[in-house]
Amino acid sequence: MATALVLIPLLPMLSAALLMIFGRRLPQQLVAIIGAGAVALSALCVLSIAQPFLATHQALQVQLWSWMQIGDFSPNFSFYVDGLTLVMMSIITGVGFLIHLYSTEFMQQDDSFSRYFAYLNLFIAAMLILVMADNLLLLYLGWEGVGLCSYLLVGFWYRDPANGAAARKAFIVTRVGDTAMALGLLLLYTELGTLEIQPLMTAANIHWVEGDGLAIVATALLLGGALGKSAQIPLHTWLPDAMAGPTPVSALIHAATMVTAGVYLIARTHELFLLAPPTLIAVALIGLLTALMAAFSALVQQDIKRILAYSTISQIGYMFLGLGVGAWGASVFHLMTHAFFKALLFLAAGAVIHCLHHEHNIFRMGGLRTRLPVVFWSFLIGAAALAALPLTSGFFSKDAILLAAWQAPGIGPLLWLGGLLGALLTAFYSFRLVFIVFFGELQTSPDKQPGWRMALPLALLCLLSLAGGWIGIPVREVFPPQEEQHAGFLVHVISIGIPLLGVWLAYAVYISKQISFQDAAASPRGRRWSQLWLAGWRFDDFYSWLLVRPYQTIARFLRNEPVDRFYDFIAAISLQFNHLLSNLQNGRLRWYATSMIMGLILMLILGMEGAT
Amino acid sequence: MAGLQIPLDHVLLLATLLFACGLAGLMSRRNIIFMLLSLEVMLNAAALAFVAAGAHWGQADGQVIFMLILAVAAAEVSVGLGLVLQVQRRLKSLDMDGADRMRG
Repeated sequence: MATALVLIPLLPMLSAALLMIFGRRLPQQLVAIIGAGAVALSALCVLSIAQPFLATHQALQVQLWSWMQIGDFSPNFSFYVDGLTLVMMSIITGVGFLIHLYSTEFMQQDDSFSRYFAYLNLFIAAMLILVMADNLLLLYLGWEGVGLCSYLLVGFWYRDPANGAAARKAFIVTRVGDTAMALGLLLLYTELGTLEIQPLMTAANIHWVEGDGLAIVATALLLGGALGKSAQIPLHTWLPDAMAGPTPVSALIHAATMVTAGVYLIARTHELFLLAPPTLIAVALIGLLTALMAAFSALVQQDIKRILAYSTISQIGYMFLGLGVGAWGASVFHLMTHAFFKALLFLAAGAVIHCLHHEHNIFRMGGLRTRLPVVFWSFLIGAAALAALPLTSGFFSKDAILLAAWQAPGIGPLLWLGGLLGALLTAFYSFRLVFIVFFGELQTSPDKQPGWRMALPLALLCLLSLAGGWIGIPVREVFPPQEEQHAGFLVHVISIGIPLLGVWLAYAVYISKQISFQDAAASPRGRRWSQLWLAGWRFDDFYSWLLVRPYQTIARFLRNEPVDRFYDFIAAISLQFNHLLSNLQNGRLRWYATSMIMGLILMLILGMEGAT
Repeated sequence: MAGLQIPLDHVLLLATLLFACGLAGLMSRRNIIFMLLSLEVMLNAAALAFVAAGAHWGQADGQVIFMLILAVAAAEVSVGLGLVLQVQRRLKSLDMDGADRMRG
């Protein structure tokens, strides 16, 4: 059992190393087998430990070696597996394997096939270390590892400078959060004397009472890290740009796994957050705000991947909302179902892009329903789950979060209303996407059909997106028990009805044309709002004005070495004196004679002055 | 020494004028030969002042110094003419403003 546990992150790591060193010399097929095979084996290992775990619900702990030893500080390289970890591991290796399989076809034409798989495997390994770590330092190692892989994969097509800029943006923006998190870790260590998660939770409960100032500061710092990685306000700006990478990367990293790391972190350290109620309220508010903001942005986007990117931000906002109101299990559940349907949506979008000569603009698509039936059905199921239509997986998880928000004390009903508005918008924009891309008149005709290696992952993810709602996640032991939720009949009806309303609205606007927003959108105010949403609420402009531009100005100023200017000035003065004096030494006899005489006369005059 | 007695002031004035002429020549001429000539004039102005002073006070020192100045002038001219020959040979000109290769 311990061997299997160690093999889970080790296999993708070895495969990544192998592909990095020998990848260029191996044939493409072998690279695909190694890359996807390592993740498949890893997924099998997860299954092999899941079976006994589900029987006993006994958390596993494997200590490999002592990482480093500095005085009393000796973090171990050790893994801890409980229900939460198991859910995350299953998502990472399972969805990860499907995306690897899909990539073997999607990236077939690419010159850097082996580099792609090396990065992808490295990412899987880093993410597994993140979720399996039993201390926060090892978690931070995985945390930075996935950040690195995200950078490498966003900038995968590095020949285009725009992709490089997007990669740097992803890296730098998340770095802001990472710095906060590192400070949080330092604070936890200095205050509580350990970074191992389970002892840390115990120590926190002993040393701090609820509402303790230090607990609030520490959780706020951890929250900063989570906001960066999970693309929440105010650190969400990197995610829409991160769509510059290959589409399967967007599916794996920027939808299914990496961006959920923040949710995982908060769920993992939930006992700390329970000691800091103000931080929890902040988590809920930030989540709701992000969910709404991103949903509005998604309404008007035209790039198929950007719509999905904003929907990802919005859905993670729901997870934060769930975390904030203490619905830990529901959040993790939504994390899982979101991983299924968002991976499905991205892979289907990738198939559309793949079959339409890299077309991203949805208004140049249309009528693909009959031309790409597999993709259409996948996309439809994914969109239905995203919109939380009844009986899809997204419905169960989102419903659980909304119910928990309804029952939260204090601002609960407000959060619930905001969440409902977000759900309405979500249903509207996801079906707007479906109706524009797959219905209507054919705009660009596809030149190829997805092969089995693309179709199979789509089919499996369809199944998971539909049936994922019935999977019971084994997290009851991890999180504190919650009171049974009893909401009124009306609340249930409303939360079922709202998504349907959104779908009907999208149908009425884009198919039957009963309702038209043309007039509203064409009015000055409407245009202003839709421009604002299209630009993602102008966060980029704001940051550019607040941080980027001043920084560049300072950099330009410093580039001319202002300090050196002073010393250059001194040097220039002495050089001027040198010129002056060397002009006296001009080699002319008459000049010398004259100056001698003048000197003589001067001395005589002075001498006479002195004499009298 | 009765009879025509030239006052010392007059002689010194003449010597000063001669010296000034020589100095002006030295500073304004570019030809090295004229510069040497001007130098000679200046030397002789000084010599004249010595002689006049010696005669005024009835001392022989003035004439002794005159002899010394004659010797110095002769030596200076011999070295000077040697230099003139070298300058002429190297620069194909006697213009001393052209001989400025020692400039800093």
